[in-house]
Amino acid sequence: MKPANSVLLLTTLTGFGYGLLAWLGAFAALGVLPHRVWLVPICMVLALGLASAGLLASTLHLGRPERAWRAFSQWRSSWLSREGVAAVLTYLPALGFAGLWWWVGPDAGITRMMGLFAALAGLGTVYCTAMIYASLKPIRQWHNQHTAPDYLIYALFSGGLLLAAALALVSAPLALAASLALASTLIAGLAKLAYWRFIDRQTPLTTLASATGLAAFGTVTTLDQPHFTENYILREMGYQIARKHAAKLRRLVLLVGFAAPALLLVLALAGLVPGFATVLAVIFAAIGLFGERWLFFAEATHVAALYYGRPS
Amino acid sequence: MTSLPQPLPGATKLGLVIDLDTCVGCHACAVNCKEWNTGGHHAPLPDHQPYGAEPDGVWFNRIHSYEAEAPGCGGRTVNFPRSCLHCEQPQCVTVCPTGASYKRAEDGIVLINTDICIGCKLCSWACPYGAREFDEDAGVMKKCTLCIDRIYNTALPEAEREPACVATCPSRARHFGDLGDPDSAVSKLVAARGGVELMPELGYRPTNRYLPPRKAQIATPPRETPMRAGTGVGSALLSLLDKVLSR
Repeated sequence: MKPANSVLLLTTLTGFGYGLLAWLGAFAALGVLPHRVWLVPICMVLALGLASAGLLASTLHLGRPERAWRAFSQWRSSWLSREGVAAVLTYLPALGFAGLWWWVGPDAGITRMMGLFAALAGLGTVYCTAMIYASLKPIRQWHNQHTAPDYLIYALFSGGLLLAAALALVSAPLALAASLALASTLIAGLAKLAYWRFIDRQTPLTTLASATGLAAFGTVTTLDQPHFTENYILREMGYQIARKHAAKLRRLVLLVGFAAPALLLVLALAGLVPGFATVLAVIFAAIGLFGERWLFFAEATHVAALYYGRPS
Repeated sequence: MTSLPQPLPGATKLGLVIDLDTCVGCHACAVNCKEWNTGGHHAPLPDHQPYGAEPDGVWFNRIHSYEAEAPGCGGRTVNFPRSCLHCEQPQCVTVCPTGASYKRAEDGIVLINTDICIGCKLCSWACPYGAREFDEDAGVMKKCTLCIDRIYNTALPEAEREPACVATCPSRARHFGDLGDPDSAVSKLVAARGGVELMPELGYRPTNRYLPPRKAQIATPPRETPMRAGTGVGSALLSLLDKVLSR
């Protein structure tokens, strides 16, 4: 599948934003967030700002962005529509949580409750995004049991790093946030390794023989193409990446996206330049996750490409 | 509404039956389809650099050629027209966030309302058959309409009320009709020839059927019977000639 920048930005930026929202809300609900009155409002600007930037980037993917509002209507059947509805609904508990924290106070039951709602709404939106991909039957690298949990794990990983960085920058105690961020970094790295192992060993369900109904006639191979130049189907769904390039990129993603942030978090936990280390960890994670998302698309194959003799 | 209509028993299911035995791969269906539809329901269809080095545009039919080869018997060339199969479980419809993609309850045709399509392209990702092509000029998705503007067009003579691809096929490899009616000509054809659905494992339950190539009936060439030698000089001469020529 063609990796379109707008969609890569959508999924990574909303992951950071809603991930931070989830940790903020959960920490507040448990009463373990430092009691600084401006902490939640400032973090909320960051979280909703990142999520909104991602959502806006996604409209660049549309052929008719001025009609984007119509996408809120088909939530009964479409995960894309559900994502839009969930994203808009998430602003309510998120803003409510920040307002209550500011005006009513961090310890109020209603603030904690709203924090929990905001966290669940953020994760719910990430889940809807994941299901857009996980529900597509023609793409075996997406239509599997890894996609939905992985998107949630990467959101919690990136949001956890952001929270640790925010706490480090205001010199708040960050042992809990940084330890949880470190744990989610390791889980996210392992989840990525498990995903790659899975797609490398997957047996394709559909073959050119079943796509043409010619299984009974022996081995089917392409003889003549319908056209000599690339068409929409091939540009969008026949994207191919050389195996050796993919292997190299995978190693880079592991190094930059997961190993480097983990090491920097260890530094921060040891008390060595925690502000610098956590911010650098966020930057590395952002680059790594963008690469990871690029590979998620580039390595995904669509069964329609089979008709053109391309692998699926 | 992108929720699918409730399927009723005996409901009309308009679709195509494509005969892979008689298709000669001439692309006439694709050309006539483009010709009709660039002025039809989805008009106009993009057609960039049609005579240039890199022609590009939206086509509702793409004609592939494959070779099927079984051990012990030679390769068989199969021409394979590919278009929308008007599935009974079309995921291209259910993923649509706006309601632009829909399946008609009355005849099963899958259509796009290009007035409300936002061009998110998700439907084309959801289609395993590669039937939907994006119109970069209009920013919306386009697809085969089963020539909805021909088959119900009372301005056309009744004999012409069939899809453009079917009307033009010079080898009569394309048939149009109601596959929901077991007594229709197309249903009988599918039953007689063992018509198959494509990618049944994905569960889209396409309406269109493909008739597999007939098994080759290679007749054994008649054996030459050796000339019986007669008597006389003439026969001896012919016999000699036969021996010389047979060498």
